[in-house]
Amino acid sequence: MSIEKNEEFRPKIVAFCCNWCSYAGADLAGSSRLSYPADVKIIRVPCSCRVNPMFILRAFEKGADGVIMCGCHPGDCHYSTGNYYARRRMTLLFSMLDYIGVENGRTRVEWVSAAEGVKFSVTMNEFVEKIRSLGENVRLGDLRCRN
Amino acid sequence: MQELRNRAKELLADGTVVRILGWRAGDLPYNPEPAYFQSAEELDDFVYNGFCGANLSKYMIEASKLEGKTLVFLKPCDTYSFNQLLKEHRVDRDKAYIIGVGCKGKLNAENLKKLGIKGVQSISGAELSDPCDTLTVQTIYGEKTCSYADAMLERCHVCKGKEHMVYDELIGESKDTKDADRFAEVEKIEKMSPEEKFAFFQSELSKCIRCNACRNVCPACSCRKCVFDSTKFDSSQKANVDSFEEKMFHIIRAFHVAGRCTDCGECSRVCPQGIPLHLFNRKFIKDIDTFYGDFQAGEDTETKAPLTNFTFEDVEPSVVAERR
Repeated sequence: MSIEKNEEFRPKIVAFCCNWCSYAGADLAGSSRLSYPADVKIIRVPCSCRVNPMFILRAFEKGADGVIMCGCHPGDCHYSTGNYYARRRMTLLFSMLDYIGVENGRTRVEWVSAAEGVKFSVTMNEFVEKIRSLGENVRLGDLRCRN
Repeated sequence: MQELRNRAKELLADGTVVRILGWRAGDLPYNPEPAYFQSAEELDDFVYNGFCGANLSKYMIEASKLEGKTLVFLKPCDTYSFNQLLKEHRVDRDKAYIIGVGCKGKLNAENLKKLGIKGVQSISGAELSDPCDTLTVQTIYGEKTCSYADAMLERCHVCKGKEHMVYDELIGESKDTKDADRFAEVEKIEKMSPEEKFAFFQSELSKCIRCNACRNVCPACSCRKCVFDSTKFDSSQKANVDSFEEKMFHIIRAFHVAGRCTDCGECSRVCPQGIPLHLFNRKFIKDIDTFYGDFQAGEDTETKAPLTNFTFEDVEPSVVAERR
């Protein structure tokens, strides 16, 4: 009898959540007993604007299959304007990632407030489904290593 | 060329400037190099021809720290870089006397090789006073000719125009050399499949030897302390011993200059491996133009850069996925 390998693809997903809205939204999802897949690894940041584009590049370089960034809704930023800057940055970065061969479905920005536990759980479920259907990501770490 | 040299001597003699920043003849007919000139005798080595592609505006950062005024020769596209540096308070306008020189397109010696012209001894037809239609090259295999446009740098085919953005006086005629769409190459890549895109960039970037020439020449890369300088060694210009920065170098660098890059094309010109680095910068420029309205860095010294600005109505990042 051989040991059967579990062939199901479990994506590695990194979620950047802002401390004031989205992280609290994730908390609410938890305390409301709403589930979302364990493939999502949350990293708490002080503000969506704290997400340096290098963080996202680094996540992909280390082998992430998808990266999602959550922040306060535009207009609701704890620091007034942080998410507006983040929005521009992420738009350009996602476009660049798409340009070098990381499918645009692997990157996403979602605005989740502290009261939107349901939205958080739904978004994460959707995103994980999407990444599962896309399969494994290109190895961005190999961008400069053609064999 | 003589006109520029004479004017430089005049300004040096009457004390308007104390040094001149220009180009000096190199050891080969096609590689003049940026140089400072302090006296009228030194100016005899001064050259200005089709091979003077080097953008001198970045040298003005150092020159702005020196005593006295510096005379600098800037081509139309170089003045965008100078303006951008002015906006970032990296150069001092009062320390610069700018002579806007005419430009009829700059040449790439690599293109001559590609055209099969080797063993170059001398080149004529590349002076500013020439019509710049044909190049006559004396080689060890005899005389060869080629069209000027065929030997031109990529950036000159998508020239931003012959107007100088900032200058104290103008010398010489310019010619509009634009004959291609600036974003054609970018659009071609955008149409590829994700696998093709990755394969394309992987094959291009794998050529990189991390010599940092692109960073060192870039007028937008003017940080006193660069993220790519190692903190572990005393010598600057060493790569950080971090595999992430090593692998993502070009993307990080392109993002650092996004919104500030004037598309001067120096990165691609100096790359010893011939990597089309301008493709990254142009992608950002194209996206900024489509998402946030047309923007040309260095056109003026007042407007805010796109990445340090926002509007409430900005597009959502999901636009990237919805584009097709």
